[in-house]
Amino acid sequence: MFGKLSLDSIPFHEPIIMVTVAAIAFGAATVVGLLTYFRKWGYLWREWITSIDHKKLGIMYFLVALVMLIRGFADAIMMRTQQAIAAGGAEGYLPPHHYDQIFTAHGVIMIFFVAMPMVIGLMNLVVPLQIGARDVAFPFMNNLSFWLTAAGVVLVNLSLFVGEFAKTGWLAYAPLSGIKYSPDVGVDYWIWALQISGIGTTLTGINFFVTILKMRTKGMTMFRMPIFTWTSLCANVLIIASFPILTVTIALLTLDRYLGFHFFTNDMGGNMMMYVNLIWAWGHPEVYILILPAFGVFSEVIATFTKKRLFGYKTMVWATVAITILSFVVWLHHFFTMGAGANVNAFFGITTMIIAIPTGVKIFNWLFTMYRGRIQFTSPVLWTIGFIITFTLGGMTGVMLAVPGANFVLHNSLFVIAHFHNVIIGGVVFGMLAGLTFWFPKAFGFTLNEKWGKRSFWCWLVGFYMAFMPLYALSFFGAMRRMQSYEPTAWQPLMIVAWVGAVIIAMGIACLVIQIVVSVKDREQNRDLTGDPWDGRTLEWAAASPPAHYNFAHLPTVSSIDAFWEMKQQPGGFKRELASKFEDIHMPKNTTEGPLMGLFSIIFGFALIWHIWWLAIVGGLGIFITFMFRIFNNDTDYYVDAAEVEKIERAYYKRLEVQV
Amino acid sequence: MATDTLKQHDAHAHDGHEHHDTGAIKVFGFWVYLMSDLVIFGTLFATFAVLLSGTAGGPGASDIVELPLIFISTIFLLVSSFTFGLAILAQTAGDKGAVLKWLAVTFLLGLGFICLEAYEFHHLIAEGFGPDRSAFLSGFFTLVGTHGLHVSLGLVWIAIMFFQISKQGLTDVTKPRMLCLSLFWHFLDIVWICVFSFVYLFGAMS
Amino acid sequence: MLQGRKAFLHWGREMRKRNSLKYLSVMTWLGAPLLLSGCGSALMDPSGEVGQGLKSLIITAFGLMLIVVIPVIVMTILFAWKYRGTNLAAKYTPNWEHSNVIEVFVWAIPCVIILFLAILTWQTSHEYDPHKPIASDEETMTIDAVSLDWKWLFIYPEQGVASVNELAMPVDRPVHFRVTSATVMNSFMIPSLGSQIYAMAGMDNDVYLEGNEIGTYRGRSTNYSGEGFSEMLFDAHVTSEENFDAWIDEVRGSSESLTFEGNYQDLAEPSIAHPIEHFSEVPSDLYEQIVGSFHTGGESSHHAGSHADQEEQSMPMSAQAAE
Repeated sequence: MFGKLSLDSIPFHEPIIMVTVAAIAFGAATVVGLLTYFRKWGYLWREWITSIDHKKLGIMYFLVALVMLIRGFADAIMMRTQQAIAAGGAEGYLPPHHYDQIFTAHGVIMIFFVAMPMVIGLMNLVVPLQIGARDVAFPFMNNLSFWLTAAGVVLVNLSLFVGEFAKTGWLAYAPLSGIKYSPDVGVDYWIWALQISGIGTTLTGINFFVTILKMRTKGMTMFRMPIFTWTSLCANVLIIASFPILTVTIALLTLDRYLGFHFFTNDMGGNMMMYVNLIWAWGHPEVYILILPAFGVFSEVIATFTKKRLFGYKTMVWATVAITILSFVVWLHHFFTMGAGANVNAFFGITTMIIAIPTGVKIFNWLFTMYRGRIQFTSPVLWTIGFIITFTLGGMTGVMLAVPGANFVLHNSLFVIAHFHNVIIGGVVFGMLAGLTFWFPKAFGFTLNEKWGKRSFWCWLVGFYMAFMPLYALSFFGAMRRMQSYEPTAWQPLMIVAWVGAVIIAMGIACLVIQIVVSVKDREQNRDLTGDPWDGRTLEWAAASPPAHYNFAHLPTVSSIDAFWEMKQQPGGFKRELASKFEDIHMPKNTTEGPLMGLFSIIFGFALIWHIWWLAIVGGLGIFITFMFRIFNNDTDYYVDAAEVEKIERAYYKRLEVQV
Repeated sequence: MATDTLKQHDAHAHDGHEHHDTGAIKVFGFWVYLMSDLVIFGTLFATFAVLLSGTAGGPGASDIVELPLIFISTIFLLVSSFTFGLAILAQTAGDKGAVLKWLAVTFLLGLGFICLEAYEFHHLIAEGFGPDRSAFLSGFFTLVGTHGLHVSLGLVWIAIMFFQISKQGLTDVTKPRMLCLSLFWHFLDIVWICVFSFVYLFGAMS
Repeated sequence: MLQGRKAFLHWGREMRKRNSLKYLSVMTWLGAPLLLSGCGSALMDPSGEVGQGLKSLIITAFGLMLIVVIPVIVMTILFAWKYRGTNLAAKYTPNWEHSNVIEVFVWAIPCVIILFLAILTWQTSHEYDPHKPIASDEETMTIDAVSLDWKWLFIYPEQGVASVNELAMPVDRPVHFRVTSATVMNSFMIPSLGSQIYAMAGMDNDVYLEGNEIGTYRGRSTNYSGEGFSEMLFDAHVTSEENFDAWIDEVRGSSESLTFEGNYQDLAEPSIAHPIEHFSEVPSDLYEQIVGSFHTGGESSHHAGSHADQEEQSMPMSAQAAE
């Protein structure tokens, strides 16, 4: 009846987990209680859960990412603590069974449920506004994508208190992830969480690719698109081309585990090397899916706050395109030590290094944007400068790893860990936090507190260097990744330094949370109704903050790269005035099918994880039938009539007058 | 002049920029989806090629191919693409009855294809050559089966379109969907030609 | 006034000195255990020829990249400082967005450095190819390394003995390690000696290493393989020829022997921190039997054992485009 599921599946005997579960349950109960007390369920349902508004979906993605950042970071600090203790025969406080789950969960959560939702959230919030569109190409699908991602998040978190998570490392290399060596449900949680959210991501990729290509406002040619839109476009191309590989890889592993196929098994002709090839054929483009939009953020931030045109716009675009293409021919550098021949290794080493060229050019372009500018040291700029320095170092260690000879001794060591945190924290996290600070006022109509933002930056920066520089050093002494304990006590002092670094990062996260709380509290002081708090350059700053649900009452016309900046530079400048005439606006309607399909996906995934076949059928049918409802529902859009638009716009301009 | 760029240009509120979910964007979006689906098939072809020698003492490609059967099912699928083309022509002509007729014919041909595939699979499994026999067979069943699964979904979609068109007629909603479905159906045809060539023809020759 | 200023400066210098002293002592506390641990850095103070070569490769690559990394960091800080918003004396060109000269430089400099690195990469990939025999006057000996859950089995086909979690090799003699796995993927590595290579079931991989300094080095699996991974360690003794022979004799003196059908199956069962074991006698083809045991069905094309076959099998795979 309940498949493999029984009461024993709940880890009552693990105090750490039970305390966590209690804390989560308490938190959830509080939220539910507050929502009920303030009668906000209807609001939540109408305005958020069923919303197809790209701005709200963007905010929800970011919210999920921030919550999961805390979860993923809790894993990180537990690992650092363990390694700070478990030297020279000491076992620490986490047995391998638990430690192995933690590093797997940390990787999976940070990449799939923190970095990806941040990147996609920012794209949602910004891209349609930047291209002067009223929504994305497929609004229903956008809502569905979010709920599929959320379903993945729910499954990963369920693994905490029902059963266990994978103990395989974040990419679940076969044959370790096969049924023979991982008979528990952990890998199944990994499979279904990633499969469901991965399909959501693929849909997002298609959606934004079409949006950017087909829904740009008048006059916005490809080479007038803001850089963030360009980098998003390239990231979406990468999603479309690489996520299907992940889908297939996970599906093949699923067939191996559920139906006894032999794709990646040790025997019967299976080939575990194929798994490693396939997962990295997705995995390498994936890191560019994360970093390219971050590059876009830095470009926008640096141009805005130096009050200067971005240096070498076209070069930036071509460098981005070059990286996009090259990212597909480098995956083998993740396993030079598998034993490929010297020619093959050298080929992939060199292609990897070639990526450093366009990336280096980008760095120089940011530098020359600063050159002869008037830099305002707001927190987004601090993140950007921190990024340039940190990422340059990370790029350097990356190229070192790309030399197959060097890789033969550095592979699988803490050097690799230090390198990719160097580029992912220094690149993606810094970028996303810069983007958060930069576009927060666009989403909410008030700016974030700068004092706490800067504190957060310094904690992250110092914490990063303290946490990861010791790992570079340790790798030269033979310290490997994923060690639950180690022999040489000589490593312990540096491990403790790394732990202190992690604690400082924790303070950075705390500052971030405080920043948001303080900013919400003081929102009236930080109110920005002009829609343009930073003297921005691109179209999103022409809209109100927060924009009306239709974004622009009248769609703008574009005649240059920094479209909004140009408008402001015209004689007479740009004035926010009520238009004399309004038109009906065509908008999509909210959807209940999106969240419902997400809910059924959770049921479907959970049932398959635990082999509860009847429930899987219920979940699958639920998804199908809900989708049928969507297909036969012709009432999916409506017109906001001109009078309504005028009312909304009038109200906005009235508030604007009061403020000014 | 530039002061009001933002409110100037759209004298026609419902012109090209008001194109939520309009047909052209849908069809373009579907093209993009097909490209990502193509990556799925590409990956499966690569997998199949890698595992070709992983027979683990079981049958190889030449042992399991029955060309006459595959030839018939190929004809079914190719003809069904043609009949779907006729359905689209009928849609362009606005002839609802003809659209439904050709959809039905396409459905039957597709169903024939699936039945033949089911027979082939059943036959192999009954002989002990199921997908769990060897990596080669895993790759074979997965590649051919994924195509079969797509065709089955296509059949469900045809059934839904048949129902929807017969109820709602040829509207702005159903017409772009028919175009997407036709893309899908032709796409599966092309993929099948690759499967037929690489899996069956080369298999028979090896 | 001047006096006070001088005193202040003096005090500041003192403070700085004291701070730097404190800093120094902290550094010593942090660094000392590493320096005093005797083995030093496995990668920066290697004891084998391969390790030596890779060390200088790492340093060369690092140095080459500093040519661009240091200027970038300096420029970042310099530009950020000079063009700070409050410095109204600095030149401000809001519409300047293009310069052919700069464009040429920003493309050319990385290109040139990468060109050098690419040449270096091509040469060293071949020079340090793990499959490439080490040129030496001494005859190369063969040792087979098999990763099990979670221990290493070393087979000495020439001597007909085997050991678990202990490895001995004569100094200055190249060793051809044939590496496979009887479980999940592992990676065979002795950091002080040089390159690692993956151990995979049914695959016959290999790496050539040479120890040039007598001593005992820690070896391990570097590729995460499950519960006992952290303790999947072994001692690699690089010894004189005499001591090596003595070690072999000691192993031969063991009462245990090892056969594939017999106690090997028990040995292959999972165990953590497995004690050192010696086997006085093993079948000459034990390694081939282990590799072949995953080729169920026994067709000849997959037959393991010969290096040429392995090349055929693993090279195209690793190069296999997934797309």
